[in-house]
Amino acid sequence: MNRALSRLAEGYAQMFGKAPKKPERADFTERAWDLLAYKKTPAQRAYRKAAIKAEREEEVVNHTWRNRRWVSILVVNLLFVASYWLDLQLIEGALTASRVFGFHFADLNSALQVMLAFKTVLINLVIGTGTVVVIYMLFGGRSFCAWVCPYHLLSELGEMLHLRLAAKRLVKDHPLHRATRAVLFAVFAALAFVTGYTVFETISPVGILSRAMTYGVVGGLVWVALLLLIEVFYSRRFWCRYVCPIGLLYGVTGAASPVRIKYDGNFCLHEGKCREVCLVPHVLDITKFGYSKDVEAPIGPDCTRCAMCLDACPTGALSFDIKGLSRPQTDRRKADGAATCADATQGERRT
Amino acid sequence: MSDSAPTPPAPQTLTRAQQERRTALRSLAVGAGVTCAALAGLLRTKLATGAPRLRPPGAIDEDAFLAACIKCGQCVQVCPVQAIELADLIEGLGSGAPYIAARAQACDFSCDAVQCVLACPTGALTHKIDKKEQVRIGVAELAAPDRCLARKGQGFKGPARGVDHAGKLRYPEIDRWKPKPVAAHPYDLDLCDLCVRQCPIEGAISLQPAAGLTNDKARTPVVTDKCVGCGVCEMICPAEPAAIRIAPRVTGRHPA
Repeated sequence: MNRALSRLAEGYAQMFGKAPKKPERADFTERAWDLLAYKKTPAQRAYRKAAIKAEREEEVVNHTWRNRRWVSILVVNLLFVASYWLDLQLIEGALTASRVFGFHFADLNSALQVMLAFKTVLINLVIGTGTVVVIYMLFGGRSFCAWVCPYHLLSELGEMLHLRLAAKRLVKDHPLHRATRAVLFAVFAALAFVTGYTVFETISPVGILSRAMTYGVVGGLVWVALLLLIEVFYSRRFWCRYVCPIGLLYGVTGAASPVRIKYDGNFCLHEGKCREVCLVPHVLDITKFGYSKDVEAPIGPDCTRCAMCLDACPTGALSFDIKGLSRPQTDRRKADGAATCADATQGERRT
Repeated sequence: MSDSAPTPPAPQTLTRAQQERRTALRSLAVGAGVTCAALAGLLRTKLATGAPRLRPPGAIDEDAFLAACIKCGQCVQVCPVQAIELADLIEGLGSGAPYIAARAQACDFSCDAVQCVLACPTGALTHKIDKKEQVRIGVAELAAPDRCLARKGQGFKGPARGVDHAGKLRYPEIDRWKPKPVAAHPYDLDLCDLCVRQCPIEGAISLQPAAGLTNDKARTPVVTDKCVGCGVCEMICPAEPAAIRIAPRVTGRHPA
């Protein structure tokens, strides 16, 4: 229990900008330490090296989860559009606030900006945010980002372009400090309170895109295009990584969500493919060799559940997990030659 | 170590401290840039010249309205005549907030009881009103008396705004429930009284004799304090540009 709490606290700290650090010997569970020792044996080293080599020679491109996610983003946003233009009345409004089958939904950050600026607790917004809070507490806070947000989709396309240009050394990523987002969150909250206006809403690409699609208000797309240009040519996915207060608020909300990505060190080759595709690679720091205190661990709360790591991981060391429902990964599948904790503790040695 | 992620060799060799300093400076610059962009919206609104927008029925005072409106457009969706539009980024803080361009499409209360107010999730359109008579969008004023046909004692024949006008209006004598295009409803009037004839609020406007009118037939529109500022008179006025228009009520929109 204490371990779970300290993991949650660490997750929060990392969300607000703390850099993950390599655990000390004392932080490891016995099983995790044994597994690490086992993985350090020459035979295991040789096995991993061969496995990585074999896998690189036969590169498998997998976009299963990405495609599912894109369908989700498109369906949700098209439902907004169709609800208005075809009078379907399923999801009316925009991503800032809507009625879903008649129930009030409100974006957490938009509602916060309104309440700070207006200085009134509005009952409909409390109902709307309450519903949304419950949904994302259950399904993982930042799943909003990866499964609903239309800017995320555009940003992913921009990222592809960025990576292609970066591979040709035409552009270079300029990372920012991750605490920038937490500072900006406080700045925008303070601005709303002090000026009495929803200052952030004006530049929120989520609201701008949502309104552009449904109501044809397209002038704001100039701002969205500028953000994308910055992401392509200057700083990879800078808005979602370092700026967006919406993402931070959802992350904070769903920190203890039962739906999460789980890491299983038994299968991990520590190759780092997951970290290369990840929007928030600090949450995958535990996949580095010797960085996971536990054999199995959930990924931190900044995770958007985009599952790009699942697509990238060649060994299935990362998987979706529902706390209390999923069977342990080790029971479900046993990869050939993969180091398992059982191997380590029973002192088995492969050749 | 072969197990950690491969790090590409840095093209220029910076010490860790130098790199951290650069990252910090970049973060500061980007953070300041984003904040400035948001503040530009604030500045744009504060420095705005010209008449404020007409807001939908029930809108609270402009400053409070901009604070309370969550920019979701649910009011747009329920309006049967599509009188409500959302402002674009150029309006700064008003971006995404609803307004009515009365000359193009007035709020004609085809919905009977302020549907937009019921749709509003935040109270930016206050739920304190539930009848059209309580609405205070603005107030009609005879902005260009010289162009008023009634003041010249002239009649009017044909569709009020020509055949190309896209505006709709509820004509209760034709169809109580469905608004009709203004362009499909020609008039034949001895003395133009369109602003009075089409006004949806009883006792808000009437034609009165007035001193200084040259013609015996001539009358002038007189607006009373019952006017809710719905803008039907501005939309229907056949003069081009309109002789009568709605002046926004900037403060005191709350009904007593």
